[in-house]
Amino acid sequence: MSGTDNFDDLRDLYQEVILDHGRHPRHAQRLQTFDATAKGDNPMCGDRVQVWVKYDGDRLDHVGFEARGCAISVASADLMAETVQGRAKADTKALFEAFRTMARTGACPDCGGALAEPLERLAPLSGVHEYPSRVKCATLPWHALIAALDGTKEASSE
Amino acid sequence: MNVMTNPAALDVERIRADFPILTQTIRGKKLVFLDSAASAQKPRAVIDAMVNAMETQYANVHRGLHWMSERTTESFEGCRDAAAALMNARDRSEIVFTGNSTGAINLLAHSYGRGILKPGQAVLISGMEHHSNIVPWQLLREDRGIELRVAPVTDAGELDMAAFEALLQDAKVGLVAMTHMSNVLGTVTPAERIVQVAHAHGAKVMFDGSQAIVHRKVDVQALDCDFYVWTGHKLYGPTGIGVLWARRELLEAMPPFFGGGDMISSVTYEKSTWAEVPHKFEAGTPAILEGIGLKAAIDYVQAIGYDALAAHEASLTEHALARLATVPDLRIIGQAQDRGGVVSFVLGKAHAHDVATLLDRQGIAVRAGHHCAEPLMHRFGLDSTARASFGVYTTHAEIDALADGLVRVRDFFA
Ligand SMILES: Cc1ncc(COP(=O)(O)O)c(C=O)c1O
Repeated sequence: MSGTDNFDDLRDLYQEVILDHGRHPRHAQRLQTFDATAKGDNPMCGDRVQVWVKYDGDRLDHVGFEARGCAISVASADLMAETVQGRAKADTKALFEAFRTMARTGACPDCGGALAEPLERLAPLSGVHEYPSRVKCATLPWHALIAALDGTKEASSE
Repeated sequence: MNVMTNPAALDVERIRADFPILTQTIRGKKLVFLDSAASAQKPRAVIDAMVNAMETQYANVHRGLHWMSERTTESFEGCRDAAAALMNARDRSEIVFTGNSTGAINLLAHSYGRGILKPGQAVLISGMEHHSNIVPWQLLREDRGIELRVAPVTDAGELDMAAFEALLQDAKVGLVAMTHMSNVLGTVTPAERIVQVAHAHGAKVMFDGSQAIVHRKVDVQALDCDFYVWTGHKLYGPTGIGVLWARRELLEAMPPFFGGGDMISSVTYEKSTWAEVPHKFEAGTPAILEGIGLKAAIDYVQAIGYDALAAHEASLTEHALARLATVPDLRIIGQAQDRGGVVSFVLGKAHAHDVATLLDRQGIAVRAGHHCAEPLMHRFGLDSTARASFGVYTTHAEIDALADGLVRVRDFFA
């Protein structure tokens, strides 16, 4: 292809942020010390993720993950780790619910509220709503995280 | 690919005009449909046949004594004749209609597997089966203690014939159940040779022809196999109808699977007797409209002819292999000598789902995933591949679009 191809037609789902986090995830590591961990498995496409959490009281002090899967699932895991760090457990669950709605519908009814800031950081993933079969790629790491918070060992995407 | 390449034998543009869907645009781009191995598009003749039947003659079959039922029975049963001719069956009664290939294989696993095979015997499949030719035999194993053996696949993606033969040596294998063409690798298996070797060791042979019958002339008498299954929706027909062909004497020996209306001769509370084959295996109201549609699909394929179909497919496959070889970082999975119009590949480190989504953005439909063949994926150390597959309406220009689209995906991820 010529050097002038700026791939405009490919960018609605694969925005630069997603490509970047998919290629160079910052939080893709197993934590040496952790309080909770859980795996997520999407047998339909072979995506697999494990999430580790270290608490500081009621807060998530540190989140790390290992993922094998598509760019969307890796980027989503990384953005998730970034946005939940320092957040209270209950807050994290609320964020997941709001994110799931965004991933499924593209709409963000909670974007004006208390979670506006983290949701904005997750917004690049909202493009998956146009690809129903890919929504679970974005939500799988979250399912694993919530399973870890709830003390269950395995989550599978819906 | 030793098939004579003579694309002129098939006028693709004329054929494309028969498929209304091909004028669709997807995301503002002309549809490039390269997912026919999952399910093929339908020609106007099939659509019209089904609509016509509903508009002019529809009624239940085999039971009404009125004009409508008789006309519909005639059209539906016409499909049995067409299917028998398509496969060169000895007799139309050897064609059993099922829901799809999966239904046909399950029927066989129940009626032949539980009715005729004995505990201690084995079923031998290959390492490149679709889940639908794995799981029914696993269920049989759990239920009846019938062993399941797997003949390995070589690095090139071909059946390891020496290993296959070795697995037959102890004469415990009662049935070889094997794909005639892999839906992942495109490999066409050496069917005649498989039958010779299996029969020499006392095993019957079933072929899963879901992919093969779309591209190759299948002659069950020349193959000398015992069972052959396929599914209508991949042969340009509707969903919901498939075929189990079996030698008549085998069908007669096999107990029925489903019980109900249409499959009986008489019923009392003490005892029921079965209808003649094939009806013994067709309980309940059949897929009437689908049968009528499938008849039209078979007629459509026969009018084009398998020589032209095979030549077109060989030419497309050759072109695809050559063009895809020029895409940097692309690796084709499966290098069988004898292969059909299905090409699986991986593109550098990109996940197959990302590749498929980014091709979709360019209007190109391919399939990505494990293609219902997880053990085969694992054999090649993969979780998934992207797969392009071709049909009678596929053009060389569409393959060029795929190759160009893949170069863009590769550069996008670079
Ligand atoms: C080789 C092979 N076998 C079996 C099947 C199952 O076909 P169906 O889903 O119509 O039963 C398919 C298609 O999905 C196939 O490609």
